[in-house]
Amino acid sequence: MSEIKILSQYYDKPEFQFLEGYKQNGGYQMLEKALKMQPQEIIDMVKASGLRGRGGAGFPTGMKWGFLPKNGEPRYLLCNADEGEPGTFKDRMMMEKAPHQLVESMIISSFAVDSHKSYIYVRGEYYKSISILNKAIEEAYKAGYLGKNILGSGFDHDMDVYQGAGAYICGEETGLISSLEGKKGQPKLKPPFPAIQGYLKKPTIVNNVETLASVIPILRDGVQEYRKYGTEKSPGTKLFSLSGNVKKPGNYELALGYPLKSLIYDLGGGIKAGRSLKAVIPGGSSAPVLTAEEVEKANLDYESLSGLGSMLGSGAVIVIDDSQCMVDCLANLTHFYHHESCGQCTPCREGTGWLDKITHRILAGQGRMSDIELLVKVADNMKGRTICALSDAAALPVLSFVTKFRHEFEYYVKEGRSLVKGKVLYHGQMHH
Amino acid sequence: MFELSSESVEEVKKQMARFETIESAIIPSLYAVQKQNQGWINDEAIEALSKVMQIPSSRINEVFKFYTMFNQKKVGKYHVQLCGTLSCHINGAPDISDFLCQNLDIGLDEVTADGKFSISRVECLGSCGTGPMMQVNETYYESLTPELALSILKGLP
Ligand SMILES: Cc1cc2nc3c(=O)[nH]c(=O)nc-3n(C[C@H](O)[C@H](O)[C@H](O)COP(=O)(O)O)c2cc1C
Ligand code: SF4
Ligand code: FES
Repeated sequence: MSEIKILSQYYDKPEFQFLEGYKQNGGYQMLEKALKMQPQEIIDMVKASGLRGRGGAGFPTGMKWGFLPKNGEPRYLLCNADEGEPGTFKDRMMMEKAPHQLVESMIISSFAVDSHKSYIYVRGEYYKSISILNKAIEEAYKAGYLGKNILGSGFDHDMDVYQGAGAYICGEETGLISSLEGKKGQPKLKPPFPAIQGYLKKPTIVNNVETLASVIPILRDGVQEYRKYGTEKSPGTKLFSLSGNVKKPGNYELALGYPLKSLIYDLGGGIKAGRSLKAVIPGGSSAPVLTAEEVEKANLDYESLSGLGSMLGSGAVIVIDDSQCMVDCLANLTHFYHHESCGQCTPCREGTGWLDKITHRILAGQGRMSDIELLVKVADNMKGRTICALSDAAALPVLSFVTKFRHEFEYYVKEGRSLVKGKVLYHGQMHH
Repeated sequence: MFELSSESVEEVKKQMARFETIESAIIPSLYAVQKQNQGWINDEAIEALSKVMQIPSSRINEVFKFYTMFNQKKVGKYHVQLCGTLSCHINGAPDISDFLCQNLDIGLDEVTADGKFSISRVECLGSCGTGPMMQVNETYYESLTPELALSILKGLP
């Protein structure tokens, strides 16, 4: 089995970055087609395609669009390009290699939901993506694909790029909205959902880069053709970012339902000689870890991974080989979540702090046996009680690591050093 | 006394006209101020920005302090941000951090005596398939070894 290149079809053509090359490969033909359709027809096609959000939560895109009020009130389309989930680098590549594909898909989506203004919120560090997108938007304005009366259709649309400033939490859709409003990037309590009350209290759709780009093949090839790939509940293709201890890391576009082990061993070239697979985080750092045994049964779709107690998330597959210490890996993640918690909910603010502290205490060789239970208890108390899903995202890896690799935690506490590395892995350097 | 250059003022005004609320211009304006002030922002700079934007400095400060890309301390001419998150971590990021700190004779979040370099450890920069990686000012450097990272820094003017 191999890659199915639909969204990434032209990634290796450098000219695809520019309007001229994009048009030579069919670019902006779908916009012409869309502008002759009824907006509702496009929404219906997206609904029928079964497309689910590619940013992490997997929410059905057509259904989300359907939540918008039908009263002509001004509304916004926001593209979530904040890509910060550890292990994920698919949106960056898409913006750098195929910026017009995103721009075109956003104009089509805006037409479908009747929005006259859209923003691409790009994480601040992605200077290169930002400059490439700005150039593409400028080209699109000049060619009459953006601005007033687009291609004579009577539809007006303006698009702009917003540079974030370094905060993972701005990837959460209401955190993103707060940030775009010029505030701290703190998530807001839902309801009201953004589709009813979002940016500047106006109806707002927030979609991931890859979700929006998927609208083009749905329109071009039709719903039936789109659904030929993937499974009943997870139709279409998706980009997977493969990283960690694997020979050929990179972005791979696969039909959903693709076997996880084929991604690692066939496309990814497997594990380095002399090493073996220990664990895989299949959907970004928030997804519960799978053991090598579970990897054998896992397929890359929403239902298979949730059946194994994990999730597809953003499609970031992090491979961990047997030279790694699982206590060390978990401490790395708890540090991340502690650093990124926005602090407005007590269970999350305090919980992420404790998880970071306890895992590093163990890593310093100063853990107690009761710390292992304490980790579980703290993580349990963080679930389902907060404004956004970061708290759960921080708790889930802890529970899965401690349950599935308990012997490594117990050994570390008992012996005061790592079972795998044979030494103490933390000397109090990392915090600042 | 910090003063906004005419160039910065122009940029801030441009940003204030760009959005439906002037508050959305705070982040882009902080970027402009940081650029003028060699990569970091102090209280005086916030005050100056507050005057131009007609937004209370406390309001600007709250945004400034929230986002990690705005530096609250002096940084080097080349600000090195090393990713320390999982994919980079298990592929050798800690060795690079140690090696660079040793060779440049600084700790994390410190600036070399000549003001040329500062190093900090940051979270995932979306380059995990080509880790370990670092960002130096606006540029990504990927697939690093300790030696390669040092030679890249040594090669900077
Ligand atoms: C802590 C946190 C971080 C998130 N980061 C991102 C992100 O970087 N990019 C993204 O597209 N979605 C991210 N999401 C998901 C968004 O909240 C939202 O579900 C998504 O943008 C919706 O778009 P989609 O339906 O097209 O996936 C994050 C969610 C949480 C809770
Ligand atoms: S759960 Fe955590 S990150 Fe989310 S809003 Fe609450 S404190 Fe902030
Ligand atoms: S983990 Fe280092 S760039 Fe993502």
